Amino acid sequence: MDKNLEKKVINYGEAIYEATYQEMQRDNNVFAYGLGADDPKGHYGTTKDLHLKFGKNRCFDTPLSEDGMTGVGIGAAMAGLRPIFIHQRMDFLLLCMNQIVNMASKMRYISSGEHCVPLVIRVAIGRSWGQGAQHSQALQSFFMHIPGLKVIAPTTPHDAKGGLIASIRDNNPVIYIEHRMLYKNAGYVPTNSFEIEIGKGRVLKDGNDITIVGVSHTVEDSLRASELLKSVGVNAEVIDPISLSPIDYEIIRNSVMKTKKLLVVDNGWTRCGFSSEIITDVAINCEKITCERLGFADCPCPTTPSLEKHFYPNPSSIAKLANRMCGGNIDWSPPEVVQHEILSFKGPF
Amino acid sequence: MKNQFDIKKAYYLFLLIRKSEEKIIELYNSDKIKSPVHLSIGQEAIAVGVSLALSKSDIIFSNYRGHAHFIAREANLDKMWAELYGKSRGTARGKGGSMHLNDISKNFMPTSAIVTSAIPEAVGYAFALKYKKKNSVVICYHGEGATDEGVFWESLNFASLHDLPIIFICENNRYAIYSHQNTRSINDPIVSRAISFGIDAERISGNSTEEFFKATIRCKEKIKNNSKPQLLECMTSRWQDHVGVTQPELSKEEENNIKKAIKHDDLKNLENKLSKDEVLHIKKRVNKEIEHAIKFAEASDFPRSSELLENVYY
Repeated sequence: MDKNLEKKVINYGEAIYEATYQEMQRDNNVFAYGLGADDPKGHYGTTKDLHLKFGKNRCFDTPLSEDGMTGVGIGAAMAGLRPIFIHQRMDFLLLCMNQIVNMASKMRYISSGEHCVPLVIRVAIGRSWGQGAQHSQALQSFFMHIPGLKVIAPTTPHDAKGGLIASIRDNNPVIYIEHRMLYKNAGYVPTNSFEIEIGKGRVLKDGNDITIVGVSHTVEDSLRASELLKSVGVNAEVIDPISLSPIDYEIIRNSVMKTKKLLVVDNGWTRCGFSSEIITDVAINCEKITCERLGFADCPCPTTPSLEKHFYPNPSSIAKLANRMCGGNIDWSPPEVVQHEILSFKGPF
Repeated sequence: MKNQFDIKKAYYLFLLIRKSEEKIIELYNSDKIKSPVHLSIGQEAIAVGVSLALSKSDIIFSNYRGHAHFIAREANLDKMWAELYGKSRGTARGKGGSMHLNDISKNFMPTSAIVTSAIPEAVGYAFALKYKKKNSVVICYHGEGATDEGVFWESLNFASLHDLPIIFICENNRYAIYSHQNTRSINDPIVSRAISFGIDAERISGNSTEEFFKATIRCKEKIKNNSKPQLLECMTSRWQDHVGVTQPELSKEEENNIKKAIKHDDLKNLENKLSKDEVLHIKKRVNKEIEHAIKFAEASDFPRSSELLENVYY
């Protein structure tokens, strides 16, 4: 087999590691840093032992100082390096907002193209086993709002690898959103280095009856919902946008023109979020489309499992709403689907 | 860069800054300048002294009160004026204004309007210089107001932790708009706090161009000998309002302090050390350069409407 086409089954975390390793090998200007980047766990294995392989100046631990460390990455990027700044939870990005919004996103504009900031900020969204109000927030809409930033949230190991490599090579600041519940997801990934195009979505499952668009982990649950829907004769099309800014509006419009029904399942709160953006675009550009949306409940995330299960959309709630939109029986109760990644997660974080 | 203080050049740069800003005051009410301005009048000695001690390859991070730093670095005055006018031949093609000057040919980085925000960038740039084994240093100008922000100390900590080639130039005029330093922090010198972070810090009083020059030369020497990051707490005073071209409304005591500072204006001290001919020659040159810059700005077009969406992304 041609080495260039070789694929291997690896998981999402391994795909991120592989992308980082290959880019660090390709380009001396790439370095990875963040709290615990060089610790024995290496961010769920994604940076494990990189400091031993590339030297401690290319993979290093930092003071907690999230705000300052973001600025350090911006400055280093302005000087021609390609930093990857890593956070274990997205909630901590709130400590970096001034640097991301006031500095990184504007540097090119206020210098009229003289400067650029090729900085990647990797963040993981947490979920389950007590992550609660401040370790589970999915704040993608904050960053989607800002011109000058790119935001991507890959779901599959393939896109995790190709998306990270594309982010590192991109000359703009990129917020690269991971999900804690996706790390063990396995799939075929090219062994060699490759990029996906930032700004292009992907139809993960073809269908004619309804378009379901997820984000990050809810793409996974939307695929599960599409399986449930088969039992009631509904053939759903499932789209993974991958890139949240820029958004591939075209792929969504094309799908809803065919299905006439759109269900957006955000991995986040619905108000002023990804679902608002997608439904607005479809309302303006496509005729006679029925739209619905699901997302986090309108409250902070509780820690107790008995309440947490009502906080997130799940395959059953997605399937139920989709079926109703397709004119199906409103009393249909889809069976509960086992979400292995969530059940098997026993913390600590 | 020479280790000898060049009085003629210092006087020229000082005068160029002073006269440019006086011209801004003169023209401000005509509404030709389309930008908030934070004037440096009273503080110029720092920019001039520091700049004369630098090499071409050194990197400058300034802030919204940046005219003096920009001009002392001999960055493009024509483009600065065009930027103030919002014109397409400006430093940011009219998209930045006074608060976001930049001149990449002089390693003068884009300035930020948010207090302290460019300081970690300056540290990150110094990190990159060390990473690439370059010999340049980063100059990071900031006011004492910046030391009120947490990220300032985060930056010092990281610079110290990694022994980065950076000189923090703290321009201490004691005021954040109208808030005196004593109402904002306990009454101790910033140097002592910086020293506790492992920074080599020194306070320079007297608002003298030559003293700031010598201190910067010392800092560069120390960095060359693998020493710690450096901080100079440069005591100075600002004679104008925080922003705009109005005079500040001061207490009697503070008014007297400013009067005293004006009496010891280092521009006059430098002038007194030169011959009449030299002074005359420099004055002519400065006037000519400012006139040229204003003509350049006036003759330039405003940017095309299609430029609105340019350079958002790479």
